[in-house]
Amino acid sequence: MSLTALLVDGVTVRFGSFRALDDLSLAIDYGEVRAIIGPNGAGKTTLLDVISGITRPKQGRVLFDGATDLTEISEAAIARAGLRRKFQKPSVFKGLSVRRHIAIGADVGFRARLDAPALEDRIDEVLEIVGLADQAGRLAGELSHGQKQWLEIGMVLASDPKVLMLDEPVAGLTDEETERTAALVRALRRPDRAIVVVEHDMDFVERIADRVTVLHEGRTLFEGSMAHVRADAAVVDVYLGR
Amino acid sequence: MSRIGPTSPIVLLIGLIILVAMAMAGLAGTEFALSRYLANAIGQLAAFAVLAISLDLIWGYLGILSLGHGLFFALGGYLMAMYLLKHSFEITATVPDFLQFMGWKDFPFYWAGFEFFPYALAVAVVVTLLVSGIFGYVSFRSRVGGVYFAIITQALVYVAMLLMFRNDTGFGGNNGMTGFTVLFGWPMGTSGMITALAVASLLVLAWVLLGCRWLVGSRFGALMLATRDDETRLRTMGYETLRLKLIVWCLSALIAMLAGMLYVPQVGIINPRVLSPELSLEIAVWVAIGGRGHLVGAVIGALLVNAVKFWLSSAAPEIWPFILSGLIVLVVLVFPNGLMDIAKFKFVRPMGAKRLAADLGESRP
Repeated sequence: MSLTALLVDGVTVRFGSFRALDDLSLAIDYGEVRAIIGPNGAGKTTLLDVISGITRPKQGRVLFDGATDLTEISEAAIARAGLRRKFQKPSVFKGLSVRRHIAIGADVGFRARLDAPALEDRIDEVLEIVGLADQAGRLAGELSHGQKQWLEIGMVLASDPKVLMLDEPVAGLTDEETERTAALVRALRRPDRAIVVVEHDMDFVERIADRVTVLHEGRTLFEGSMAHVRADAAVVDVYLGR
Repeated sequence: MSRIGPTSPIVLLIGLIILVAMAMAGLAGTEFALSRYLANAIGQLAAFAVLAISLDLIWGYLGILSLGHGLFFALGGYLMAMYLLKHSFEITATVPDFLQFMGWKDFPFYWAGFEFFPYALAVAVVVTLLVSGIFGYVSFRSRVGGVYFAIITQALVYVAMLLMFRNDTGFGGNNGMTGFTVLFGWPMGTSGMITALAVASLLVLAWVLLGCRWLVGSRFGALMLATRDDETRLRTMGYETLRLKLIVWCLSALIAMLAGMLYVPQVGIINPRVLSPELSLEIAVWVAIGGRGHLVGAVIGALLVNAVKFWLSSAAPEIWPFILSGLIVLVVLVFPNGLMDIAKFKFVRPMGAKRLAADLGESRP
């Protein structure tokens, strides 16, 4: 296994005349929590869209594990390769129970592959991790906003992904919920997993991120630790403000 | 999730359907037998209920609205009619009306073999799978969905109607096909045959209900609901939703075809009006009124709307469109889940209790 999980190589995405990503290159390593920050329209979500196969870039490629070009395979194939993503807007299946969600995430396929006891154990384990064990039988549509966020994290976590992408995991959460989520993200950090987090909450980013990439107008403006980010004049200028 | 108790609505409904079928079969020929008109009406209603289930499967459970399901219903109907005409011709040597109108001496070549029911059935299955498969694949692959898909299906059924209105296609043209006299070697139109067809329709309805309940309660059914609620979310978890949608779409088309095959011998005629957009729209209305996403609702909706239609079409045909439109307005404004909304008012307490149990962590599906 190479150290680099994801290599974004010269990716350009255009929406009409607007360049959402402009010849963007960056590498994300296994074992790190990488935060992607930047002003609105900087291309953060577009970058996740490209990695997860929802948006196809005009130019460039995204290498996973140094071998697979993600821009050439389907969203479902990308997910099966071990890359999972939580969306910005909590995306859950309102007509299904919390348990079902985790089962769908843990055991991919039209028919069950894992045997029932192993799957049940895995579901219990994941529900414990995301703190929803006491909500297992409820329908997702009945959950609070914070619970939906955690359910979606649990869903993408259940498959034990190699790359975990979290798009604004603490948007709309209370301070206490943000605190819990930060602890959760830190706990998910593993040597064989890369975690990519897009977030606006700087205190949250400071708590979770090993490294921070600042995007601006589809390009990398800065890359480094949060302390360095705060000190960088250009970043302060376009994003953090004086 | 897939557990159903002995008193759940679907079990009661299936039991009731089988009971009616057994009673009709048992009482046939006695003085307690239903009138021919009533027996025939029950059989037709059962066929419509099967049709409603086929739409509910893709609309209620998969979130794909088809306003062209009359196409698959008509496919089954037309191919059944071809079998009936060819079979009747073999036994009674009566030349079908439409051949006489056209001045044709013999059946067109593509009618060959239709006197064998297994062949007609196989052609119906293959043609339905081909039409639904190609149309579904092209649409779902291009990610056509929602209202756009509904409009395309409506256009498709309209195109089929225009085609079938042509007299030179060899499928009966605007007069359609009628004059079926023999079915499986037995004369049609007798009380016995009417009862037998109605009983067969009821048993098929029970079987389709059972099969669909099993499907929607399975893991695959959960994935159908997940596709309905957020397809992108499911796809980005590794599921090929294109395949899932295609499988359910084709299955739904096959069920609609089956309904058409049951319907035509009972009504005694098929013509291009079955392909008119009105019928296809009406199927959606049955399901909406009954409550989409509930198999029982679809059946009740189909039975209720058509029973009122049967009754009004003899009592006061001119007010039927107003009643139908009124029902639609009522459903859209007051009961978005159809009759299931009304049913819920009664079941508020047990549902609250269930929710409470779930909160306490007692329920595990």
